[in-house]
Amino acid sequence: MIDVTHLVLVSCGLFCLGIYGVLTRRNAIGILLAIELILNAASLNFVVFSRLFGHVQAQAFALFIIALAACEAVVGLAIVLGLYRTAKTVFADRMNVLKG
Amino acid sequence: MSLSIVLQCSLWLVTLLVLVSAIWVVALANLFRAALSLGLVLAGVAGLFVLLEAEFVAFVQILVYVGAILTLVVFAIMLTARPTLRIPQPPLRQRLPAAVFSIVLFLVLGSVTQVLVGSGTVAPEAVSLAQLGRELVTTLVLPFEVISVVFVGAIVGAIAIAHATPSERSRSHASHPTPQTVPTAQSTT
Repeated sequence: MIDVTHLVLVSCGLFCLGIYGVLTRRNAIGILLAIELILNAASLNFVVFSRLFGHVQAQAFALFIIALAACEAVVGLAIVLGLYRTAKTVFADRMNVLKG
Repeated sequence: MSLSIVLQCSLWLVTLLVLVSAIWVVALANLFRAALSLGLVLAGVAGLFVLLEAEFVAFVQILVYVGAILTLVVFAIMLTARPTLRIPQPPLRQRLPAAVFSIVLFLVLGSVTQVLVGSGTVAPEAVSLAQLGRELVTTLVLPFEVISVVFVGAIVGAIAIAHATPSERSRSHASHPTPQTVPTAQSTT
């Protein structure tokens, strides 16, 4: 059997890279990409622990995370496109009006 | 024995691919290239799922993430990109605290989760797809249905947000007049 325990560290690394991306990106789509990294880290963690402990529900929750990530991407990108139409920018620090 | 060595080596290779392309996702200035490296990360994580004997999750990951979400992201980038616009990098005073915060967070999370992993004993049997399917329609049937409702809500919401109001549509028509032989035909449509 192959050793998979270091994958927990890989998932931590993915999560922290995602946090770094959310904190430093100015483009709203870039922030969404970093959020996808964070969600992937979570589902990877679930699957690793499912393998370690032989647990079924962990894999089911990884599936739920993937489904919710799809919803998040759809709504997030729609919001970005709507903002681009009204505010004429995709930079998160230039979106400073509440009423378009 | 040689099979397990091959598996272990491919595990390390895929891990390396995931981490390097994750760094590309957050560090590349060109957003289109960042999205393509996100595709590498997603494919690599799917490979990790296969190596963890979660083939169905890997299949869903490829189908939903690489097939749907990545396409959507590339669409959004192309719809909002201005090729002439140089994307300014965030200033160093913002990047340095972010990097320090992420590294500290990584150390804290790593030290906490290593305790959970413990002795590194792996369950003898991987979760089978039949078990997973049975779980999804018995114990987890309520979350499963809730996810469906969330999907419908997200799709309707996305259409409502992204769809142009009639006044905006006429304004964009006025600013970019389409070549038409009969000008009155536009007002009737």
